[in-house]
Amino acid sequence: MSDDHSKHHIVQPTTYATILGALLLFTVLTYYVAFIDLGVLSNFVAMGIAVTKGSLVVLFFMHIFYSTRLLWVVVAGSFGWLGLMLVLTLGDYITRHWDIQHRIFF
Amino acid sequence: MHSSEHSAHHPALAHHFQDLDQQKDATWLAMWVFLGTEIMFFGGLFLAYVIYRSSYPDAFAIASNALNVNMGLGNTFVLIISSFTMAMSVYSAQMAQTGRLVVFLILTLVLGCTFLSVKYFEYKDKFDSHLVPGRHFDFAHHHDPKTGAILEGAHGGSANTESTSHEAGHSEKARREIQIFFSLYFAMTGLHAFHMIIGAGLLIWLIVSSMKGRFSKEYNSPVELVGLYWHFVDIVWIFLFPLLYLIGRHHHG
Repeated sequence: MSDDHSKHHIVQPTTYATILGALLLFTVLTYYVAFIDLGVLSNFVAMGIAVTKGSLVVLFFMHIFYSTRLLWVVVAGSFGWLGLMLVLTLGDYITRHWDIQHRIFF
Repeated sequence: MHSSEHSAHHPALAHHFQDLDQQKDATWLAMWVFLGTEIMFFGGLFLAYVIYRSSYPDAFAIASNALNVNMGLGNTFVLIISSFTMAMSVYSAQMAQTGRLVVFLILTLVLGCTFLSVKYFEYKDKFDSHLVPGRHFDFAHHHDPKTGAILEGAHGGSANTESTSHEAGHSEKARREIQIFFSLYFAMTGLHAFHMIIGAGLLIWLIVSSMKGRFSKEYNSPVELVGLYWHFVDIVWIFLFPLLYLIGRHHHG
């Protein structure tokens, strides 16, 4: 195998530094926004920021943005199964007591 | 610097692979399949958290305020920076800069140990304050670290929503609900810390291996795969921090 150029993308330090900056900013944001009472929106904001941070880590620190389609499918499937487990189980729990005013936190 | 002269018969190329690229694709796929099982591993705990928190939202908010948010925030910064130094380790390995590789790996290890040390002091404080679920659990005299107010007293005035736990912190029912939060806190952060300890062990192995010159431009999969593992543990914490430390802050802020 004599092809010198690898097909694997090397992510540059500037990309890593940019992602680091974004992650630190989002951390500060999620901290300060937690002290503001946004009602049920608080959970959406906090989880929205966490999902954004997690996605940045997966896509750039973990190189998925530059990876093969097979890896995209495996990663999407992994998180998809997690979503399936959460949604189906919560669907069960939430619909058990329609008669009682049940506060759902998101 | 390593020459690329043995790319044809690289010593790290296992005989059942055609070339190093194919070998790399296979190891990345395998690592992500493993991480998929890890996602479900932690996912079960997150699911338990979601169900219990939707059942006892006020107890969870009160209990969350008993955690030390500054230590949690500081540890979030430490872990995110350690993810960056880990990513830089991978870059150094890919560029075959062995000196920088060792430095970045050691930095990552130091930051990981810093995280675990802070976690130790947090756990110790919870034990001293009788916040560990069980026979000696005692929340009745716990003070809000921010305002100094006794939390059960503050509860009636500030978190007066239509909840299942409106009897406030002095009832046996609330006592049980708050213990559920701390059970989940110890289970989730404990499993996370356990992963950090394994990660620290892997980093030590990588540091020794790279000092022996085991990695090159062509072969650095162990660095990349430990990197994936380390970033995954970082992602778990990115969700644990707001879910455990921040949910009740606007009640007393």
